Amino acid sequence: MSEATTRSGAAAAGGTGPRRPRTDRRGSRGARLVTRVRSWLPSLLLVSPSILLIGLFVYGMIGWNTRLALSDQHRPIDDGSFVGLDNFIALWGEARWPAAVNNAIVFTVVFVGGALLLGWLLGLLLDKGIRGEPVFRTLFLAPMAVSFIATGVVWRWLMNPAPAERATGLNALFVHFNLDFLVNTWWTAPDFGMAAMALPAIWQLSGYVMALFLAGFRGVPEELREAARVDGCSEWGVYRHVVMPQLRPVTLSAVIIIGHMSLKVFDLIIAIAGQQIVADVPAVYMWSTVFEVRDPAKGATIASYLLIAVAVFVIPYLVWTMRKERSEGR
Amino acid sequence: MSRSAPDRVIAPGGGTAGTTRRGQAVKFAVLVVLAAFFLMPMYVLVVTGFKPFAEATAARAWLLPQAWSTEGWAAAWTALAPGLWNSVRMVVPAAVISAVLGSLNGYVMARWRFPGADTVFTLFLFGMFIPYQAVMIPLQQIMVSSGLMGGLFPLILAHTVYGIPICTLIFRNYYASIPHTLIEAARVDGAGLLRTYAHVILPVSAPAFAVTLIWQFTSAWNDFLFAVFLTGPRSWPVTVQLNNVAGSMVVPYNQQMAAAVLASLPTLLIYLLLGRYFMRGLMAGALKG
Repeated sequence: MSEATTRSGAAAAGGTGPRRPRTDRRGSRGARLVTRVRSWLPSLLLVSPSILLIGLFVYGMIGWNTRLALSDQHRPIDDGSFVGLDNFIALWGEARWPAAVNNAIVFTVVFVGGALLLGWLLGLLLDKGIRGEPVFRTLFLAPMAVSFIATGVVWRWLMNPAPAERATGLNALFVHFNLDFLVNTWWTAPDFGMAAMALPAIWQLSGYVMALFLAGFRGVPEELREAARVDGCSEWGVYRHVVMPQLRPVTLSAVIIIGHMSLKVFDLIIAIAGQQIVADVPAVYMWSTVFEVRDPAKGATIASYLLIAVAVFVIPYLVWTMRKERSEGR
Repeated sequence: MSRSAPDRVIAPGGGTAGTTRRGQAVKFAVLVVLAAFFLMPMYVLVVTGFKPFAEATAARAWLLPQAWSTEGWAAAWTALAPGLWNSVRMVVPAAVISAVLGSLNGYVMARWRFPGADTVFTLFLFGMFIPYQAVMIPLQQIMVSSGLMGGLFPLILAHTVYGIPICTLIFRNYYASIPHTLIEAARVDGAGLLRTYAHVILPVSAPAFAVTLIWQFTSAWNDFLFAVFLTGPRSWPVTVQLNNVAGSMVVPYNQQMAAAVLASLPTLLIYLLLGRYFMRGLMAGALKG
């Protein structure tokens, strides 16, 4: 005990508490409380650096950002007095903001839907094992190891919207195979260009969804599948009625993770389109507001909207997960 | 919540009951087509990288180089070398510090809880999902006003702090799988918090350290947002330099593509060599440790 006590303040504070003679403090409730506090105080101390850092850099900064969003600090000389939700309302009066939100929605729907479908298909194809499975798995997941910036370099080339005679990427391929009707302007198309922009994102993340689903598929006990087969289920029926219902938590996780990445998409857009207005999304709009227009209050307002959009579905998800874990006795 | 779930992905596939040979062939064919789709950008990157400047044109876009050349790679290396070095110097400390903090946190959250530990843990986890835009302006203002801007420190700090949540999650789930009896035995022997950590927990932590270090390395290496507003030209990591190279109209395609490959090689190699640990980090993000 003495060794531990001298080793550090944290241990001295009570890590060795239970071993000390207790007779002198069993008596009062206060003394028992002291014992209890001594048993958990060291662990709290051990986590306290992280609590401080997270408190300051996550919650403190979010608080600061919120205060900025509620102020009129649009230029360095402004005094930053409280203006309530003015900035939040004013944003909707600008042409650029609703367009950026619209782009983000199109991107998110196509990206989440596409990655989920392709990832699910890949998982399904690999589930029962197939020749070369490790090679396929490695290949489908590889884009995940690469940055959005690097992905953007090649996809900007692939989705080059230049006219057919100067086309470099997929358009050139379409022309070569006489599939001219497929030639298009990709992400530069108004309205649905963002659907094309989701293509590289799907390419990058459907392997991740595949891994989640594969883990899910293989987590379903074989006995369960066998039982359904014995009951006369076809192989597809087994998937439909036994396996798929078990995959709901996996699907939810995938939607949350892909969805939250999608809402804050920034690197990919910058790498492919730069700051062209046609591919504007909230994160890019915020970028130019903060670093080009230099309007901190407006930038903070956009950031707040992003935070709200993510929080709306991440917080219930976290609460649900923690509750489920606790009920499972973790 | 079974811990083995992520590993199953690595394990060879289950039985082939119910699948015919013909079905297998169809599945295989579909997979090959999909593999081609996944390989297409990689083909373009490598092939274009090996083209001499004059050949990197629209007309020869999809063809193999007539004359294989390394001039694109040499030029890309010259442009990216400082960024690659900055990335290494930034990623290593960030990964190590957040892994160590994550290990301590995970140990407490899994094995030595204090009242409110669950709440603290959930608050940590939310930090994993927040859009970094929501902390961007204050973070930059703090760094500027404290005079820390200019070097790599702000970036190291950001990656360390915002890496704590996922590191904590990975270690917590890992430690939760260590048999209770092992820790109870140490406690009965009178070992305190730190002694139990040093003698029981730390010696078995290597796999979790591998997962967190690789995860942190990869995400810090690939980050662009923090990198671009927390560093100046002197300390730009490789993603920012790559974007500058590729965003420029005058840089020919062979150099752009070669640069993208160079910037991705470290994380790709880690993924290929240590894929198992990379995967576990990936799966931890889904809270299914």
